[in-house]
Amino acid sequence: MAPRSITRVLLAGATLASVAAIGVTAETGAASGAASVNWGKVTHLTKTGATSMSSLVKAAKKEGHLNVVALPDNWANYGNIIKGFSKKYGIKINSENPEGSSAEEIQAIQSDKGRSSDPDVIDVGTSYAVTAKSEGLLAPYKVSTWSEIPAGLKNPSGYWFDDYGGYVAIGCNTTTVTNCPTSFKQMSTETGAQGYKIGLNNSPLTSNSALAGVQAAAIASGGSLNNVAAGVSFFATLNKNGAFVNTIADASTAQDGTTNVIIWWDYLMANGGIDVPGWKVVIPSDVLLGEYYTQGINAGSPDPAAARLWEEYLYSTTGQNLWLAGGARPAELAFMTAHKTVNQTTLAKLPALPSGETPQYPSTAQITAAATTVNSTWATEVGASS
Amino acid sequence: MTISEAVVSDPGASAPGSETTPSKPKSFRKSLRRLESAFAVTPFVVFAFAGLGVPALAVIYQAFHGNTGGWTLSNMRLILSGSSNPTTHGIFLIGFENSIKLGLISALIPGVVGVFVAYAIQTSKSNLLRRLTSTGSGVLANFGGINLTFMFVATLGSAGVLTAWLHAVGISLSNVGFNISGFSGVVVVYMYFQLPLMVLVITPALGGLRQSWREAAENMGASSLRYWIHVGIPVLMPSILGGMLLLFGSAFAAYATAATLTLGLIALSPIQIGNFLNGNVIAGETHVGYAIAFGMLVILTVVMLMYSLVRKRASKWLR
Repeated sequence: MAPRSITRVLLAGATLASVAAIGVTAETGAASGAASVNWGKVTHLTKTGATSMSSLVKAAKKEGHLNVVALPDNWANYGNIIKGFSKKYGIKINSENPEGSSAEEIQAIQSDKGRSSDPDVIDVGTSYAVTAKSEGLLAPYKVSTWSEIPAGLKNPSGYWFDDYGGYVAIGCNTTTVTNCPTSFKQMSTETGAQGYKIGLNNSPLTSNSALAGVQAAAIASGGSLNNVAAGVSFFATLNKNGAFVNTIADASTAQDGTTNVIIWWDYLMANGGIDVPGWKVVIPSDVLLGEYYTQGINAGSPDPAAARLWEEYLYSTTGQNLWLAGGARPAELAFMTAHKTVNQTTLAKLPALPSGETPQYPSTAQITAAATTVNSTWATEVGASS
Repeated sequence: MTISEAVVSDPGASAPGSETTPSKPKSFRKSLRRLESAFAVTPFVVFAFAGLGVPALAVIYQAFHGNTGGWTLSNMRLILSGSSNPTTHGIFLIGFENSIKLGLISALIPGVVGVFVAYAIQTSKSNLLRRLTSTGSGVLANFGGINLTFMFVATLGSAGVLTAWLHAVGISLSNVGFNISGFSGVVVVYMYFQLPLMVLVITPALGGLRQSWREAAENMGASSLRYWIHVGIPVLMPSILGGMLLLFGSAFAAYATAATLTLGLIALSPIQIGNFLNGNVIAGETHVGYAIAFGMLVILTVVMLMYSLVRKRASKWLR
C-alpha cells in the first residue's frame, strides 16, 4: 500500500499547489493561440480558449487517428469502447498487439519512439505505470473529471491514473458441481468429494491476474499482502489433493470441463465473460482483494490531441458506463453511484460484495515482492507436489 | 570450400602489393580467386554476425549491467545464489539443472530410437513409405508451440480423450506418475518433434553406408552384429553425435511449448528468461533474464566443445 497511502496524504496538501500550477500552464496555453497549441504539453483542459474541449476535439480530428496497444476486444468491453470512440469523433483507431502484456506495452512505446505507429496511450498494471513514469515515458494529464477519481487511484501530478478494476472472484459451473465453493477455505479442504477442478487463468509467474489469485489465497489462509508464501502453500495443497488443474483456465476450459472452478477477476467471468450455462461468479467470503489497471499517455505520443481526447472519453460518463457494461468497476464508480449517473442495470449485474469486508489493494511494492516470492517458490512447492 | 583451403592450397601466393605485377599472371589470378572466394562468403559472415554475434554480444553486455547502468556482477550473483549448498539451490540453478536434464533425456531417447526408425525406413522396400516418412518428418520436426501443447492437452490432459479412454479401462495416468504439465509430460511432448528431427538428420548418413562394405564384411565371415559393431556404428557415430547435439540444443532452448505446457510449474531456464522479459508482474528486472541467457550461452558453449572433442575421437575411424 505504500505508494498509494502516501499519495492520499500528499494529495491533500498538494491540491492547492497543483491548482496554482495548473493556472499558470493554462494561461500560457490560452495566450499562445489556437494554431500553436502543443497538445503534447497540455496537462488539462480549460473551459474556453485554445485548450478547451472543443479545440481538443478539432485538433484530434485533424490528427485523424489514435494508436492503442494491448486492448483485447473482449477485455472490459474494449471492443465497444473503441467502436464508440471512433464513431463519435470519426477518429481511426489502430489497435496494435491486442493480446499483449503490460511489459510489451512499455517495450512498444520505447521501441516505436519517434514513429507514427508509436502507441499514444497505455493501459497497464499499476507497477508498470509507476516504472514508466520514473523512466520519463509518460506525459502528465488530468482529465476533466479528475476530482471524481479517488485519491488513492491516481498519481497526484497526473502521470498515471487508474481506469477500472475488480475483485478476485470464484467462478463455478453450477450445472456440473453440486456444492460450488464460496471461499478459499472450502477449496483447500477438497480432496475429491466435490469433484472440484480448480484453475487459475494463467501462470502466476507472469500474469498479474493469476498472481492476484495467489495473493488472495494467501490472505484467506493466514498470510497477508506482505506474506504471499501462504498462498503458494494453498495451491501446493490443492495440487496435492488433486484439485488443482495447471492450465490457462478460461471460457474454453470452463466449456469443455477441464476446469469447473476458476479463480479470476470478477469482471472477466461475470456478464457473459465466461459464457457457459450455469456459470456463477461469487466474491469469496474470506477475502476481498481488488486491483485496478492504469492509464497513461505516452510522452512521445504521435497523436497528442487524440490521446487526450481518448482519456476524456474513457473518463466521461459514457466511457465509465461502457467499462461497467464489461463487468469492470470503473475508477469513478463511487462518484457515479452517488450522483446517479451510473447505469443501474449493468451495476446490478456485478457480483455482490460480502458485507462488512474492507477491500484490500496491493501496492506496487507488494506486487513486486509477491512476484519475486512466487517466481522463486512456485516450481519447488507446487510443482513438487504434482 | 573456404578461404583457409584456398590459402593452404596456395602456399606461394603473392602479397597483396604484388597483385599488379604483370610478370606473375598466374599468382595474380590465384589471388584474385582467393579474393573472389572471400567475397563469396562475405554475405554469410555478415549474416551470421548480425544474427548470432550481435545478439550474443548484447546478451553479454546486458547480463553484466544493472538498471542504473555501469558494469556489475550482481545479476550473476543472483542467478548463482545457493550454489554452495546443493540442497538449497536457488531457483535459477534448479532451472539450469532441469533444462540440462530435459535436454539430455530428449537427446538420448529420440537420438537412439531415431537411428533405428531411420534405418527401418531406409531399408524398407516401399518407396511410398520412404517418401511419406521423410516428408512427414520434415513437417513434424518443425511442429511446436501452442498448437502442439493444445494437441497434447486435448489428448493426454486431465480431460483429454486418451486419458478418458484409459480411465474407462481402469488405467489412471496420474497414478503411474504421468502429468502432462510435469516433467514427464514435457519429455513426452518433446519426443513428438525430436524423433522426426533425428530421423531427418540421420537419414542422409545412413545412405552413406555402402552396400559393398557389408558384402566385404560378410565375405570375411562377419555376422550382422559384428558388422554393426565394427563398421556400421563407428562410421555413423559422428553423425549420431551431431544429431544428438542438435536435439540437445533444441530441447534445452525450446520455449513456447514448455511455457504453455507447464505454466511455470517446472523451473526451466528459457521460461525464466521469458518471465523477466515478457511477464506482467516483474517490472524492470530484465537484466536478470539476460544473466540467465548468458548462463545458457555458457552451457551451450561447453556442450559444443565436448561435442567437438568426442567427435574428433569418433571420426578417427574414418581416416
